[in-house]
Amino acid sequence: MRAPVRTPLLSLACAGLLLLGATACGGESAPTDDAAPASDKKITLYSGRSESLVKPLLEKFTQQSGITVEVRYAGTAAMATQLLEEGEKSPADAFLAQDAGALGAVAKKGLFAPLPADVVAKVPQTYRASSGQWVGVTARSRVLVYNPDLVPAAQLPASVFDLTGPAWKGKVGVAPTNASFQAFVTAVTVQHGEARAKEFLAGLKANAPQVREGNAPIVEEVDAGKLAVGLVNHYYLGEIAHERGTTPEKMKAKLHFFPNGDTGALVNVAGIGVLKKAAQDPDVRTFVDYLLGPEAQTYFAEKTYEYPVVGGVPAPAYAPALDTLKVPAVDLNELDRLEATINLIKESGLVP
Amino acid sequence: MTLIPLAYLVVRTGEAGWTRITEELLTRRVSRLALHTLGLATVVTVGCLLLGVGAAFLVVRTNLPMRRLFAVLAALPLAVPTYIAAFTWVSTVDGFEGFWPAALVLTLCSYPYVFLPVAAALAGSDPAQEEVSRSLGRGGWATFTAVTLRQIRPALTGGGLLVALYVLADFGAVSILRADTFTRAIFIAFDLGFDRTGALVLSLVLVGLTVLILAGETATRRPGRRYASLRGARRSPTRIDLGRWGWPAVGGLTAVALLALGVPAASLARRLAEGVSRPGDWTEVATAAGNSLSLSLAGAALTMLLALPLGLLTARAPGMISTVLERLSYLSHALPGLVIGLSLVFFGINVVYPLYQSTALLALGYAALFLPLATAAVTGAAAQAPPVLEDVARSLGRGPVTVLRTVTLPLTLPGIAAGVALVFLACMKELPATLLLRPTGTDTLATELWTNTSVAAYAAAAPYAALLVGLSSVPTWLLTARTGVLIKENQS
Repeated sequence: MRAPVRTPLLSLACAGLLLLGATACGGESAPTDDAAPASDKKITLYSGRSESLVKPLLEKFTQQSGITVEVRYAGTAAMATQLLEEGEKSPADAFLAQDAGALGAVAKKGLFAPLPADVVAKVPQTYRASSGQWVGVTARSRVLVYNPDLVPAAQLPASVFDLTGPAWKGKVGVAPTNASFQAFVTAVTVQHGEARAKEFLAGLKANAPQVREGNAPIVEEVDAGKLAVGLVNHYYLGEIAHERGTTPEKMKAKLHFFPNGDTGALVNVAGIGVLKKAAQDPDVRTFVDYLLGPEAQTYFAEKTYEYPVVGGVPAPAYAPALDTLKVPAVDLNELDRLEATINLIKESGLVP
Repeated sequence: MTLIPLAYLVVRTGEAGWTRITEELLTRRVSRLALHTLGLATVVTVGCLLLGVGAAFLVVRTNLPMRRLFAVLAALPLAVPTYIAAFTWVSTVDGFEGFWPAALVLTLCSYPYVFLPVAAALAGSDPAQEEVSRSLGRGGWATFTAVTLRQIRPALTGGGLLVALYVLADFGAVSILRADTFTRAIFIAFDLGFDRTGALVLSLVLVGLTVLILAGETATRRPGRRYASLRGARRSPTRIDLGRWGWPAVGGLTAVALLALGVPAASLARRLAEGVSRPGDWTEVATAAGNSLSLSLAGAALTMLLALPLGLLTARAPGMISTVLERLSYLSHALPGLVIGLSLVFFGINVVYPLYQSTALLALGYAALFLPLATAAVTGAAAQAPPVLEDVARSLGRGPVTVLRTVTLPLTLPGIAAGVALVFLACMKELPATLLLRPTGTDTLATELWTNTSVAAYAAAAPYAALLVGLSSVPTWLLTARTGVLIKENQS
């Protein structure tokens, strides 16, 4: 029974290897589908945003438009990596992402089609790609979450850079692997130069920071009084309050928005880009319009506590209005310059 | 088949060019990660060997009270994914992070990989040799080290190898508990700016470490040595009277079970009570459970189909080719699910596009990840079935296919079933490759668990976690039953 088993297995392995080699070297000839843009009432969405947040909204959309949305959910970074690996053969029509950096990385690979001018015009310039390849759907501010029992409001820092001082030793929670932290570090580079960013990270590292895997654990620990302050996004307090069946106001933890255009108050976006093959798809267009319409914008403000990016929609409860925030002058398009940031974070020793 | 991930790694890192590769490789960071990873693998493997052999010996060879209950409890951690265990530990103990906590959680989650085969080997081994040893004047401990350990050696090294490779590939415990290993660094590289090249270069180093561990294990094997008794008459070995040590032993095993199962259970219950989020509705939960079951079953079936020829070849025709093929399958077992997932995305997009995001490709991903679990089970079972029987059948004029069908397969069937159960369990718990390869719109218990915890909806996640562990305990129970420790004895 040797021969019949060994040969097919080996030849299969060899054939597989050959095939792989051949296609890998051959380059991809993508099936560009420029067929007439007929509506088939179906779109495929890659979502880096969580199912529990997005699904109810998509159900409303389908009810109204009759368009079915097939969704893949995964983390924003993993989803971006998958899109980059798939290239132009991706089954996706659109990519809904958690941060501008991921959208920038996909755009950089030339996978997105520019959005129509009237779509782009709906979103303020600050919250979209200058190339028009993606637009923000919601905005989120970086904040310092604090426990008033441990840090009285009067002692809160005026700038994020103060956190490297001796007063904050061992007290600051950070999540350096989180995309929003990376965006913040990129913003420091953009606003103050690489040397300053390096110095800040080194200072933070030397100040015995409490490194956590994500933003939610930081907010929970601050709320429980185990941690004094933490660098997070503003909406996590809302999410956790929601999980506990209460409101953000009733939580122990409070939010501090860094004043005067400090980089610590960077406003980033969650946004959407449309892949090239779906550039002319009317269903995808309907969907993007819906996301930027009042219903979806209100939904995000109420359910995810994020800022709407389109005018005329009320801001979330328990957060100052977006236009009253003094936002740092950082172009979100520059947030795709991640490589340098990543090297900075790696060198700082905040991550392995 | 298991070459797909390797080919992918070579192609993608090759694109990066040598300067980039050496830039990534020759850093203090890489050597530090290698030390940490090997250190963790060593500590966890040693821990699992001690815990697994200890528990197996107590359950099989002593008059431990409630020993069948303890046999099931000792196997049950196999049903708990490391990411659930780690998450529940972190939310129970403040500041629970780093190397030793990760080692503890990994040991508690993976010692059944040692317990199960060792318990089976102890239950199946021939007590005559031990009796001879004792009659020749050796004491209890000397007999244990000189005879018993030698008898169960294949089970020991096989189980230990699975644990070591499991530690290399695990992402759940090391990322939540922030222990610096290659797998965590690989996940971070993807998170930090979608750095595929950096991540894949690190994966290549991981492959190198795996080769090292495999070489070590191979060196301890004695070719051609047959460990199983060929005699027909089986007796149960005599049980050692624990005497006054009986209750301390019960206490020890209870403590292990409480740490491995009690902590996660209590923490999940607390999360469920504290939170107000709830899973959508019960049809959603049922659908996810159904998907988990059917996808895992497809994965386990395909894996076994591929493992069967490989396992039989290794057992019946040991040689260069079978050894190389079998060892190769271990390489992809030690790679993180994310890398296997991406390699199959690459394969699906470029080679078998019609299969992309189909159940078939996901099943192939599971096979690439878990083939060694199935192969080891088949090889083990085939090694215990005497080849003499096949020779007799052949000499009586049966053709090779008939022999395979009527003699070899029936003899190895229990081993095959155990392999299927083991792979099934692994598929149920798998997350990163599932997220990348699942058909669009298909939710499983593991993905639902992930999606809910990622928005802090812990109470909504708890039922999925409970169901995942609950459903996984069925195959775990089957695996325990197979070791023979659950059989009631008429004698002694």
